[in-house]
Amino acid sequence: MSTAFGSPGAQTTAEATHPGDVVLDVVDLTVTFPTEEGQVRAVSNLTYQARLGRTLAIVGESGSGKSVSSMAVLGLHNPKRTTITGSIRLDGQELVGAPRSTFERIRSQKVAMVFQDPQSSLHPFYKVGKQIAEAYRAHHNVSRAVAEKRAVEMLDLVGIPNPQRRAHQYPHEFSGGMRQRAMIALGLVNDPKLLIADEPTTALDVTVQAQILDLINELQKEFGSAVILITHDLAVVAETADDILVMYAGRGVEKGYAKEVLAQPSMPYTYGLLQSLPSHSEDVHELKAIPGSPPSLLKLPSGCSFHPRCSFKDQVPGDACWTQLPEWRPTPGLANRQVRCHLPDPVATLRQDEGIR
Amino acid sequence: MSDPTLLEVTDLVRHFPFREVQGLRMVKANVRAVDGISFTVRQGQTLGLVGESGCGKSTTARLVTRLDTPTSGSILFQGRDITTVKESQLRGIRRDIQMIFQDPYSSLNPRHTVGAILGTPLRVHGLHRGKEKQRVQQLLELVGLNPEHINRYPSEFSGGQRQRIGIARALAVEPKLIIADEPVSALDVSIQAQVMNLLATLRDELDLAFIFVAHDLGVVRHFCDQVAVMYLGKIVEYGDKRKIYEAPEHPYTQALLSAAPDINVARGIPPKERIRLVGDVPSPINPPSGCRFRTRCWKAQEVCATTEPPLVAAENDVALRGAREGGLHRHACHFPEVKTHLVAEVEPA
Ligand SMILES: Nc1ncnc2c1ncn2[C@@H]1O[C@H](COP(=O)(O)OP(=O)(O)OP(=O)(O)O)[C@@H](O)[C@H]1O
Ligand SMILES: Nc1ncnc2c1ncn2[C@@H]1O[C@H](COP(=O)(O)OP(=O)(O)OP(=O)(O)O)[C@@H](O)[C@H]1O
Ligand code: SF4
Ligand SMILES: [Mg+2]
Ligand SMILES: [Mg+2]
Repeated sequence: MSTAFGSPGAQTTAEATHPGDVVLDVVDLTVTFPTEEGQVRAVSNLTYQARLGRTLAIVGESGSGKSVSSMAVLGLHNPKRTTITGSIRLDGQELVGAPRSTFERIRSQKVAMVFQDPQSSLHPFYKVGKQIAEAYRAHHNVSRAVAEKRAVEMLDLVGIPNPQRRAHQYPHEFSGGMRQRAMIALGLVNDPKLLIADEPTTALDVTVQAQILDLINELQKEFGSAVILITHDLAVVAETADDILVMYAGRGVEKGYAKEVLAQPSMPYTYGLLQSLPSHSEDVHELKAIPGSPPSLLKLPSGCSFHPRCSFKDQVPGDACWTQLPEWRPTPGLANRQVRCHLPDPVATLRQDEGIR
Repeated sequence: MSDPTLLEVTDLVRHFPFREVQGLRMVKANVRAVDGISFTVRQGQTLGLVGESGCGKSTTARLVTRLDTPTSGSILFQGRDITTVKESQLRGIRRDIQMIFQDPYSSLNPRHTVGAILGTPLRVHGLHRGKEKQRVQQLLELVGLNPEHINRYPSEFSGGQRQRIGIARALAVEPKLIIADEPVSALDVSIQAQVMNLLATLRDELDLAFIFVAHDLGVVRHFCDQVAVMYLGKIVEYGDKRKIYEAPEHPYTQALLSAAPDINVARGIPPKERIRLVGDVPSPINPPSGCRFRTRCWKAQEVCATTEPPLVAAENDVALRGAREGGLHRHACHFPEVKTHLVAEVEPA
């Protein structure tokens, strides 16, 4: 169990209780939406795991399937208009094909989600404290007074000043940063094993963002839960995540330890993203952009989805990039790293490129 | 530095009046969105506007483009006062000052072809008469789009391409100043660099001046010559980019820079010192007395509550900065103090 991405399903039969135990085991998850124009393949054969006490960052372009895959974990897709295949096991329990009642039970008891827009999970007509108290009572046989006391404690825990008074206010009386805190309090009130935070700070300023990310980190230490942090901000990943999954056009393309992947990417898309950053420190004249734009999910490119934009495909013998979907494989010399790329030695190729530039 | 001044903004104010019920009475109040700011932009220069959400960046942008009218203060464009000129007289200004919007989806009319979108401003301003089509194709080429796509609709382009159309539209009338309000924040990460490169090339080739609004401090550092840091409708620090990023003196600037997450952590560079601000930005309806930042400032003293610090030249630290060349640097703080290393130092390439 020393690797963050061990063999799928290895220890998911028993309940996860120790740090490092797999809480969420996603294998070959595929999500498609039938639309007028055809089948939108939003997530294709996605495999990853989330472990207790660790933060997994899921990064990728807009539309790469980050939110759709997490919503599948929470059962938030309309079953009539979504086809979901593969396996999602939460604490050993299979969720693909599970009835609504199962999802209702796991939500807020085992998994909580924090969205970009706190408006979407705080009810505008109920006082913040009451909402948290009710969520607590739904899973604990306690009196209203006890639950309300717990709500105030939670508001205090997430750093809301005057929690007693704030508990009696409505969401609109909170600022954006405070609403986000309140939503985290709501998400954590039942001590979930997995917290999914989907762009929790994108709508916030950097100074408030820093507060919220600190908070998530602290709470994770305290509660020991697994956190999935969805973001497109690689600097946020560098500072907060343990593990990383990079997605492109609905597929995972690289995974490993977060800091290591950012320091030494071994898949051309990850590399391109890092190269294109106007790193705070460098006053270079031209940014190194990835040419082209992301593909349509209605008609994914053949072979490697990234090949139309990849500047390394010529270094792959034959026409594999055009014709064959690369399988996950370990990267030589990098522990715990998996990539989907045909390059024979991606690390060497990308390192050499970095030297030339 | 000898480039002529293009835009001179002095004591610009924009209050949005509204009424609210307080107890049993209706009271008039103001959202003090922009509350007395001054800055200049020279030909070919880029001024970055940064600061927390709601500090007045977009309002400033709309005032300078005269999409909105200031409550008071003055805006001189090439020496001409455009603060209150009427709509009928705005045509010339509309040509010289153009805006690029954040959202490439909503800022283009979905029912018009690219040809119509780019051709309309030409006709309105009577430019390239009889040769509009050639000019449109030239513009498409300029922003890296295929000139044959002149008859396509916005929905047939990707987000990055649509933003290029927005840029082409701004360029159509040969402006001197472009106000870009978060021009890349709605774009995919891998596309942002393409659009930034395009803006930089056009700026250099056409000697354009920019006011560039962005929350991404890295993008601003890359693109701008000067930076104005705003807080609650005021400029708190203003100056050459290197001064602001490498030797900021205002506590808010320092907090802002230090809060930005840093990717270099992944490369084993130790995390920089973090200044954690407590609390949220106060309401612009009833901002704090004296220095507006004082409610969150770790240095605040009594004088901060009673006296508003003016925006003055920074000079405390001349000795300290020694080697660093002089240049514009102003701050509004009673207790300024240089702090370095808030952003990672320039690495060897
Ligand atoms: N109900 C739906 N019907 C059809 N297509 C959908 C539906 N929901 C999502 N999609 C599409 O699935 C793709 C993946 O969307 P998803 O929201 O997961 O992207 P994301 O990676 O979270 O992007 P972002 O960074 O913009 O949030 C997108 O192309 C989206 O348009
Ligand atoms: N038309 C309006 N009526 C009333 N208040 C307004 C109006 N436009 C802006 N405001 C207020 O003025 C303040 C400044 O807004 P502005 O849009 O300029 O901020 P900003 O710095 O651009 O923020 P952001 O980074 O979120 O875009 C805010 O408090 C905003 O709510
Ligand atoms: S598989 Fe080929 S096209 Fe895809 S990233 Fe690797 S080299 Fe590039
Ligand atoms: Mg999303
Ligand atoms: Mg704005």
